Amino acid sequence: MLKGILIALSLVLGTTSSAPAQTDSFIVVQSTTSTQNSGLFEYMLPKFTDQTGIEVRVVAVGTGQAIKNAMNGDGDVLFVHAKPAEKKFVAEGYGVARFDVMYNDFVIVGPPSDPAGIKGMTDATDALRKIAEARAPFASRGDDSGTNKAEMRLWKDAGIDPTTFSGEWYRETGSGMGATLNTGTAMGAYIMTDRATWIAFNNKGDYEIMVEGDPQLFNQYGVILVNPERFANVNAKAGQTFIDWLLGEEGQEIIASYKLDGQQLFFPNAK
Amino acid sequence: MQDFASSLDRSIGLIISGDAELWAIVLLSLRVSLSAVVIAAVIGMPLGAALAVARFPGRQVLIVLLNALMGLPPVVVGLLLYLMLSNAGPLGMLQLLYTPTAMILAQVVLVMPIIAALSRQVVETLDREYSEQLRSFGLSRLGSVPTLLWDGRFSLLTAFLAGFGRAIAEVGAVMIVGGNINHVTRVMTTTIALETSKGNLALALALGTILIVLAIAVNAATSLMGGTARRLAHA
Amino acid sequence: MRDLRLPDPRSCIAATPAVRDLPIAVQGLRFESGGKTLLDVPELTIDAAGPTMILGPNGAGKSVLVRLLHGLLEPAAGQITLAGRRPDRAARIRQAMVFQRPVLLRRSVAGNLHYVLRIRGVPRAERRSRVRDLLAHGDLAGKGHQPARSLSGGEEQRLALLRALAASPEILFLDEPTSSLDPAATQRIEALILGAARAGTKVIMVTHDLGQARRLGQEILFLNAGRVEEQTPAARFFPRPASAAARAFVDGQLLV
Repeated sequence: MLKGILIALSLVLGTTSSAPAQTDSFIVVQSTTSTQNSGLFEYMLPKFTDQTGIEVRVVAVGTGQAIKNAMNGDGDVLFVHAKPAEKKFVAEGYGVARFDVMYNDFVIVGPPSDPAGIKGMTDATDALRKIAEARAPFASRGDDSGTNKAEMRLWKDAGIDPTTFSGEWYRETGSGMGATLNTGTAMGAYIMTDRATWIAFNNKGDYEIMVEGDPQLFNQYGVILVNPERFANVNAKAGQTFIDWLLGEEGQEIIASYKLDGQQLFFPNAK
Repeated sequence: MQDFASSLDRSIGLIISGDAELWAIVLLSLRVSLSAVVIAAVIGMPLGAALAVARFPGRQVLIVLLNALMGLPPVVVGLLLYLMLSNAGPLGMLQLLYTPTAMILAQVVLVMPIIAALSRQVVETLDREYSEQLRSFGLSRLGSVPTLLWDGRFSLLTAFLAGFGRAIAEVGAVMIVGGNINHVTRVMTTTIALETSKGNLALALALGTILIVLAIAVNAATSLMGGTARRLAHA
Repeated sequence: MRDLRLPDPRSCIAATPAVRDLPIAVQGLRFESGGKTLLDVPELTIDAAGPTMILGPNGAGKSVLVRLLHGLLEPAAGQITLAGRRPDRAARIRQAMVFQRPVLLRRSVAGNLHYVLRIRGVPRAERRSRVRDLLAHGDLAGKGHQPARSLSGGEEQRLALLRALAASPEILFLDEPTSSLDPAATQRIEALILGAARAGTKVIMVTHDLGQARRLGQEILFLNAGRVEEQTPAARFFPRPASAAARAFVDGQLLV
């Protein structure tokens, strides 16, 4: 009887140990949920692997956590969107150098009832002020991610510290972009999100984009090779190959060609 | 709610279409969780049995502790293991982070206390019946552990299944130490979490349905085998 | 390891071999539980080669005495010696015990016998034939593959007894092994016990049943209220018990 179970087990264990064909060379990229949830990686990475034989393993977490993981040496490449934090990462010697890769923009989405009356505004700081005045519910990532950092900069410009209203109209979900969109739309709150995640998000309900087009909402993505002098395990060669490809003509073209519902999600801007 | 109806359609469609990607994820889930439970059983069952038969000061404290460990939060386990396996951590040189092995380790830590605690109960009950006879055979308390484990094998199946249930349903720990890397460490639960965050609720629910069916299938198969054998042994 | 204790004609012809762990000597033995003294035996020597039957009313301490002698209980005071030596592990495993309610392992009938032979270190090659002999001896030949716990009550106790005899014990303790069996099943158990005794195993058996004590016993140990009231050859005990309590017991006045 027990023998039967063991045989069944060994079958399961045995047949799957040969599961996906794995290349000898791989890199771990610490990145953000927006690049993953938008589908960009699934579109782009197989092309890179085909050309180079290098498998890219993406760990998609918030920018804050991605940077912390990379500071522990858990990854070869950092691909996130929080320029000041990225520069600090390089300055402190964790990364070799930072390069612009692409950008998109943030938008503020909200319910059609628009309780703060911000629809159509192009000044994000003004819009946030109106939300605060109306005490209209606002769902924040609250997770130190790139989006969260950008949102906090805008609140600062507006001269408001929303965290003093935490738990009232200002609600921090402490989760990823997708989870915050799920939560925020369910509670009728305004949410600031990157456009790529919003377009790819499938549970929009009747939500619409309320605020867009403010230069302040510009969202720059950067890429950094984790410093191999600091962490001996870093696969610097393959990591650099990936970065070069990303910044080169081919990678940039592929980024530009990625569309969802006919809309371009990311705009390459490597120099 | 339309999500329910469409997700049912979807899960049936997914199963029928034999989607290769889906099957790889299902098999990885099974491989990780079954390996973890087998390892946890190999450690936890003798440990629980030893705790059932041994008499020493502090035993009661240990039992309470073990029972409490059954409720270990997966996220905490994941975090602790991440700190150990991280390249900045003490076990970084093993290069296990973001591998299925790390996920197996995390689930072993989660499941082992459950199997050990339940085995302790099973063996303690059986020992009440057996202890005089086994002592008459000349076995020491610890020496009787293999006999008690073997003769308690049908009841111990329940401990095994409880451990499997915990492992296959767990998301917090494998997400952190596995990284939910596509084709490498993406399992059923992390896929469900990912699809939920993408707002693909119907697909997430479809995958959840498959996970539940899978759990039921493993339980049914094990119980069936165990039940038949038990009837044959009149245990 | 000695031969199987089966009433095999060959072994019956041979002279009954001396039991190496006799005499069993008890000095100042006391057992307490919950602040009450359940057994108090200042001195006792069991030396008879034939079966010793322990008789006495309920609560007399019969089960406690055999458990102390077998080493299942730790005495509060006193000591037990076997042939002048403190019993060590080797001496303990030259003993076996059959309990009132058989504790059969959750394995096949044959599996229960294999188990004991294995833990007694009988080589694998030898085990199979010995199990076959034992099953035949206990009239369980066709039931080797059956789960032990699917046997009838009488068969279960027969298997427990065969299992106790499997490793040819020097001393066999039995604690009312037939108390819940019908007369036919009892008779078969008694036949097995007698066979073992003839083949040289020292039998020490607790019983309620006077008839059984008469049929099997060479020596009677009569216990009452935690004390050994009488130790007499059976032939003398039944016609004329020495103590008043034993007389009352034999007359059926003390049956509890």
